[in-house]
Amino acid sequence: MVIQQDKMQSLATRMSQDEVKGRSPWADARKRFLRNKAAMTGLIILIGVALFALLGNQFAQWSNEDLDFTVMGQVATMGMPSFENGHYFGTDDLGRDLFARTVQGTQISLMVGIVGAAIAVIVGTLYGATAGYVGGRTDQIMMRAVDILMSIPYMFVLILLLVMFGRSIAMLFLGIGLISWLDMSRIVRGQTLSLKNREFIEAARATGVPSWKIIIRHIVPNLLGLVAVYATLLVPLMILTESFISFLGLGVQEPLTSWGALISEGAGTMNYGTLWQLAFPLFFFVITLFGFFFVGDGLRDALDPKDR
Amino acid sequence: MTKFFATTALVASLAMPAFAVQPAEGEQLAENQVYNFWLLDAIKSVDPAKNTDVEGSDVLRQLFEGLMNEDEKGAMVPGVAESFEESDDKLTYTFKLRDAKWSNGEPVTAGDFVYAWRRAVNPETASEYAWFMELMNIVNATDIVKGEKSPEKLGVKAIDDKTLEVTLTTPTPYFIKTLSHATTFPVPQKVIEEHGDAWTQPGNLVGNGAFVLKSHNLGVDITMEKNPEYWDAENVVMQTVKGITVNDNNVALTRYQAGELDRVQIPAGQYPRLEKEAPDQAVSLPYACSYAYVYNVSEKGPEALKDVRVREALSLALNRDIIVNNVLQGGQKPATTWTHWAIEGFDQPETELATLSQEEKTQRAQELLTEAGYGPDNPISLTLQYNTDENHKKLAIAAQQFWKPLGVNITLNNVEWKVHTDRMQNQDFDMARYAWCADYNEASTFLDWFRTDGYNSGKWSNAEFDQLMADAKTAEDTTPIYTRAEEILAEEVPAAFVYHYAKVDMINPDIKGLPTENVLNSWYAKDLYRLAD
Amino acid sequence: MFAYIMRRLAVAVPTLLLLIVFSFILMHLAPGGPFTQERELPPQVLANLNAKYGLDDPLWKQIINYIWGIVAHFDFGPSFVYPDRSVNELVAAGFPVTLTYGSLAFIAAVVMGVGLGVVAAIWHNSFLDYLAVGISIGAQVLPNFVMAPILVLIFTLWYGLLPGGGWSFSDPSFWIMPVIALGTSYMASIARITRSSMLEVLGSNHIRTARAKGMPEHRVIIRHALKPAMLPVISYLGPVFVSMITGSVVIDIYFSTGGIGKAFVDSALNRDYAVMMGVTILVGALTIVFNLVVDVLYAWIDPKIRY
Repeated sequence: MVIQQDKMQSLATRMSQDEVKGRSPWADARKRFLRNKAAMTGLIILIGVALFALLGNQFAQWSNEDLDFTVMGQVATMGMPSFENGHYFGTDDLGRDLFARTVQGTQISLMVGIVGAAIAVIVGTLYGATAGYVGGRTDQIMMRAVDILMSIPYMFVLILLLVMFGRSIAMLFLGIGLISWLDMSRIVRGQTLSLKNREFIEAARATGVPSWKIIIRHIVPNLLGLVAVYATLLVPLMILTESFISFLGLGVQEPLTSWGALISEGAGTMNYGTLWQLAFPLFFFVITLFGFFFVGDGLRDALDPKDR
Repeated sequence: MTKFFATTALVASLAMPAFAVQPAEGEQLAENQVYNFWLLDAIKSVDPAKNTDVEGSDVLRQLFEGLMNEDEKGAMVPGVAESFEESDDKLTYTFKLRDAKWSNGEPVTAGDFVYAWRRAVNPETASEYAWFMELMNIVNATDIVKGEKSPEKLGVKAIDDKTLEVTLTTPTPYFIKTLSHATTFPVPQKVIEEHGDAWTQPGNLVGNGAFVLKSHNLGVDITMEKNPEYWDAENVVMQTVKGITVNDNNVALTRYQAGELDRVQIPAGQYPRLEKEAPDQAVSLPYACSYAYVYNVSEKGPEALKDVRVREALSLALNRDIIVNNVLQGGQKPATTWTHWAIEGFDQPETELATLSQEEKTQRAQELLTEAGYGPDNPISLTLQYNTDENHKKLAIAAQQFWKPLGVNITLNNVEWKVHTDRMQNQDFDMARYAWCADYNEASTFLDWFRTDGYNSGKWSNAEFDQLMADAKTAEDTTPIYTRAEEILAEEVPAAFVYHYAKVDMINPDIKGLPTENVLNSWYAKDLYRLAD
Repeated sequence: MFAYIMRRLAVAVPTLLLLIVFSFILMHLAPGGPFTQERELPPQVLANLNAKYGLDDPLWKQIINYIWGIVAHFDFGPSFVYPDRSVNELVAAGFPVTLTYGSLAFIAAVVMGVGLGVVAAIWHNSFLDYLAVGISIGAQVLPNFVMAPILVLIFTLWYGLLPGGGWSFSDPSFWIMPVIALGTSYMASIARITRSSMLEVLGSNHIRTARAKGMPEHRVIIRHALKPAMLPVISYLGPVFVSMITGSVVIDIYFSTGGIGKAFVDSALNRDYAVMMGVTILVGALTIVFNLVVDVLYAWIDPKIRY
């Protein structure tokens, strides 16, 4: 599970060159993306999962909180997936509707993934662009700081943070997002360095546009493709991290839930005749990760074709 | 004048020779006398003064032996002490020790107990269980723990090598029952002085129990082998006892089923199924722990909970039958008292909570809340705090749903253990999950918790209750006192008692001699033996 | 190159210091302490304990004492939760275990992952390729906390082939499940990276040239394609290593291996300050060293990179 930095590098180089040639890479890319079967499958899966998260509750016959007392205590025999009693995905050990809970888990996990990736990408881009654009001493200090931060075992720090500030979604977003901006900042910095001396930037500088504005108006937009690809590939990593945290019991608070929490609950009881408790959340988890990988890879290949 | 064998029940048990359980007629012993038991987590310490947990005690009970042991019913039987006398004022106990030996062959003397007990209260040892000696009411224990007196001042004295005298500050009816606790075990002075903190390493450790420590891989396993120097070694059948750590209960059950473990806890909700599949293996035994939701009635607590009607309504509306029968499903019992039902010398009072049906209780709860000015139109918002655990989570979710129709909105707050404890001790909670396990088989071990100066995290206080608990210390018949104390708890409702524990385990039917009626669940590997398949 | 290594090692010192101070403060800010327990300790006992472990000093002094203990005596302090043992002892017992199954999983993941990736790339779009891609994708997304109990069910309960947990340095049957559970997803990632990078290299000009010269295919692959194709794999190894240590928590929990992964999580939850610091420092130092090794390896394979 990883984002290949060399491919990102290559993509970044390509994006900045294209800009210089004055031709948008996006139009061609769209064509290439639409032709990529895996990527299109991924996209369809993701749209499906997103619809499930948004509209699933319309179809649920039970709320995600209510205990079904007719099922409770005999889940293995009464709580299996059934259309008759409205538990499409069966129930969990307490007799709560697994369909509603999977919908909710999907919402939370997607949110953690997307917000986490967004934080990582925003921080990484701004940090890298600033370091690269300002250059000199600032650049050196900022990049040395990144070097130092790279050798910190992040999962440990994240666990510490959650232990210290208590479990909350906000902490999870922040902690997970702050884990992965370092690689991003490095690549962005490299590209900023090469963009910085191009004519259009120099022109802007000559007309007295302030540095922060140049970074935001001219440098960041040129990195948009890179950012999009990076973000798409980061989301599944964030989702995986969240599932690990949930496994450790440091995830979101009940009655909220997430894929990780549902899967680790289901995995505990898989030998007790309630396999659906594992199967449904795991299915959504797996296809979503596939979806993001396929789309991310497809997007990258589309923006940075090797056969140019 | 002193009475010999003055106190009642002990006479009979002490008069009998303390033989280990022996195979019955016609039972075929297995070649390989091994017992593998399950440990949820690593054993933190095998130093009697530093152990703090139940699993550590299970191991210590094999490696060391105190003055008294417990039999399969939990009654006290002689350990190192052969007999004892109690003075008329009930303040002095004199123990006669038997000819027992340490595993290095040296005799166990009264001096070893004196050393061990002084060590436990010595501030330098910094024992987390020093309070146990205070609980035993030994003279000067409290002052020594505070560092105001030297450990030599502890009220324990070796009259000669085989005679130990203990003096108490106040008559303590449960004193003898504390003597099978790990904190009171003797320790070998020479070995400790020679090795320092490393004396508990396998090879260094010298004990007086029926088994010696063979190996200890932290978080993996701990192996003990029969001690040939043990005074009753000829009656010990078991050769090897091994504690195996498995951090996940479900995996532990899988490994039990694969034959790697001889005893394992059954995960919540699985008892009915396993009981059907393997009735000779699944057991549910009473276990002296109680589970409750404690209300914070202190200054920092929520206004609503200061109203006894609200507290009672919440307690009444909690459908304990569903919790016990449909969530836990392991033979636990609904709790209407704080003291566990199986505790010796305790009669449960007749209370509304115990007698009404659940519909009646729910209705009564609604009335009480309406009286107090609350209800669905004026909902109460409270936080229910629990520490990370699958079962606590399930119960909290269920409780939330039981209270919802009353117009009580519960926010669940799951925190990890240390935070939970810290907040409880600082009254930073509305309602919190809590459980208490007996230290000895008497109701005061539970009820003391609610004394004004007890642990009492909710800071409930009642003068009559305090007085009752003080009276119980010297009373001849404590049963009515404890019943009255529980009545006060039922009227004042400082906590909603939820259920009384049961030990719900799978036990290999080949293993014989495990206690089935001891509510503290103390077991002694010296009493175990394994049958051939 | 030597100067570069020295420079990197020089940066390691402030990095570790930063890590120590940061974790130390964070840990002590967390509510509760090592002796917070269900039965609230009498204040005097608590004071005795705090005095014994020096927890009554101001925080800055504790940090300085702690760092001094490490620098002067290589003493990482006593464990608060395991009073019979020092942190050095705990780490000395747990780390070799983690290192053993960790490196085995690492080696297995690299060897099998590269093998699978190369096979898939050479027979591109064949049945083998699809199989390899299928395996690697599936294995990549299955969380190891799902895989571990499945392994125990299969190998211990159903087939009775392997012990369901525990650890022994002398008996490899204890190693197998930890290695599978830990290594599989990394193997899958490595296979995926190898495949795509190999495909790229195989399509490049210098391979076409080599083929045009009539060089036999296996020589083309071994002599010319493999080395450049390995570059992205190598840069991935640093992160793999770190997340393997993190992943070892799951292994320790399910297989009771007694490694340092669980020791860390436990120490954080139990507020066993010294153990938590010890493990954090160890993992931090390893991370630094490993990242450096990876970078040096990278430079050695890729002649374009100069430090």
